[in-house]
Amino acid sequence: MRIAGGAAMVAAAAPLLTCSDETVAAADRAAEGIFRAPNLPLTGYKEKAVTVEEKQNTFEEITGYNNFYEFGTNKEDPKRYSGGLKTSPWTIKIDGLCNKPADYHLEDLITPIQLEERIYRMRCVEAWSMVVPWIGVPLSKVIERAEPTSKATFVQFTTLLRPSQMPGQTTSVLEWPYVEGLRMDEAKHPLTILAVGMYGKTLMNQNGAPVRLVVPWKYGFKGIKSIVRIRFVDKQPDTSWSLSNSQEYGFYSNVNPSVDHPRWTQATERRIGEFFRRKTLMFNGYADQVASMYAGMDLRRNY
Amino acid sequence: MQKTAKVCVFLLCLVPFAWLVTRTLTGRLGINPVEDLELTTGIWALRFLVLTLAVTPVRRLTGWNRVIQYRRMLGLFAFFYVCLHFSVYVGIDQFFAWSAIVKDVVKRPFITMGFTAFVLMIPLALTSTKGWIRRLGRKWQGLHRLIYICGICAAIHYLWKVKVIIGSPVYYATIIGLLLGFRVLWFLRASKSFKAHRVTA
Repeated sequence: MRIAGGAAMVAAAAPLLTCSDETVAAADRAAEGIFRAPNLPLTGYKEKAVTVEEKQNTFEEITGYNNFYEFGTNKEDPKRYSGGLKTSPWTIKIDGLCNKPADYHLEDLITPIQLEERIYRMRCVEAWSMVVPWIGVPLSKVIERAEPTSKATFVQFTTLLRPSQMPGQTTSVLEWPYVEGLRMDEAKHPLTILAVGMYGKTLMNQNGAPVRLVVPWKYGFKGIKSIVRIRFVDKQPDTSWSLSNSQEYGFYSNVNPSVDHPRWTQATERRIGEFFRRKTLMFNGYADQVASMYAGMDLRRNY
Repeated sequence: MQKTAKVCVFLLCLVPFAWLVTRTLTGRLGINPVEDLELTTGIWALRFLVLTLAVTPVRRLTGWNRVIQYRRMLGLFAFFYVCLHFSVYVGIDQFFAWSAIVKDVVKRPFITMGFTAFVLMIPLALTSTKGWIRRLGRKWQGLHRLIYICGICAAIHYLWKVKVIIGSPVYYATIIGLLLGFRVLWFLRASKSFKAHRVTA
C-alpha cells in the first residue's frame, strides 16, 4: 500500500520536474483555471437544465454530511479532513479501448463543453437522501471526444490515490484507490454527468473536488469522486463496494425500493432536513428516462 | 459519605442524557438529527452495559469491594439508555410504522440482535429491586446472568450495523469479549479446583 502510494506521488511530481513548455502552460492554466480551488464562483452555466420539484438541500447540509471514506468513515470526517487535498493541477487519464487516449488537463477537458446546472435527487444506499444542485457536463460529451472503439462496452473510473492528503487511505477500510464502473449505455445516458460544481461554485473537496461522477438513478456510492482516470474496457469492471462485500453491493446498484439491502430496507428513505420518511421511488424517480435500459433484466439478481 | 458518592455517580450517569436534551432543544444535533439521537443513545447504552459488566472483574482484580454497590445503578442506566435508543427508533425514526418495525426486527439480523438485547434486559430491570432479590433467592443470580447474553447481542448489533467492520464496534466487541472471558476463566478454574477437591476427598 505504501509503495503504491509512493509511486503515485512520484508520478504526480514527474511532470513538474520535466518542465516542458507544455506542462508549464498547463500549470499556468491551472493556476488561473476556473477549477483551481474549491468554492470559486462558476459562471456561464445553463441554469436548471434538469431539475426536480422538491426543495433543495442547503449548502451546509450537502457539504457537512458526506460519505467519502478517503477522509474517514464518519459523516463529518470528509468536511473536517479534506482541507489538505490539493486539486490543482488536475489531470485525467483517458485510456483503454478508444482512439484518442490521452492525459487531459481538467480545464481542457471540461471548458469546451457547455456547463449545466442539474438539480438531482441523491439517494444513499444507507436510506437517506438529498436534493443537490450540481453543475457539470454530460459524460457523453467527454466520452465522444475520446472516441471509444466498438469493443468498449464498459467504462471504469478511478479516484486519486494520495494517502498523504487523503488520510482514510492509510487505513484498510476499502481497497484503494476507489474504483467504479458503468455500462457504456449508462455512461452515455443524458442524465449522467461529470460534476465540477455545486450551488454555483466549484466543488468542495468533501464532495469530490475537482471532478466527480453523478448518476442520479443509482445509489450514491456509484458517484465516484476526485476522478483521475477513465478507462474504456470490454468486461464489467471491478467496483470498490462489491469488492468489499459482493452480497450487499452489486455492479448496477440502481435505486430500487423493492430490492432491500440485507441489513436495511430500501423501501423508504429519510430526506435530510425532513422528519418523516419518504417512500423511495423506483430508479430514484428517474424511471421514465432510464428504465428501458434494463428491460428484460432481473433486477433482483442484477442488484 | 457513601450516600454522597452514590448521588454523585447517579448525576454523572445523567450527564450524557442532559447533554443530549440540551443539544436537541437548542438545535445542535447533527445534520441528520434522527441518526444523531439514535447513535448517541445507542453508544451510551453500550457504554453503560460495558461498565456494568466491568464491575465484577474490577472487584476481583483490584479487591475494591465497594464497587459492587454501583452495579445495579449502572445496569439500570444501561437499561435507561437502551429504552431511549429503542424509543427513538420506534417513535422518531420509524414513527410507529409497526409493520416496518416488525419486518426490521425479523429480517435485519443487526436489528434482531439489538431487539433481543433490549427484551432480555426488561426482566433484569424489573427484578432489580430488593424485594425481588429476596423473593427469587438463589434463582436471582441465574436470571441475571442473562446480562452476558445482552452484552454479546449488543456487541454483535453494533458490529453488524456498520458497512465495514473496523474501529469502534471492534473495540467494544473486544472489551465485552474480555469481560466475559474473565468469567469463563474463573468458571473453568473453579470447576477444576472443585473436581480436584472431590478427588482428594
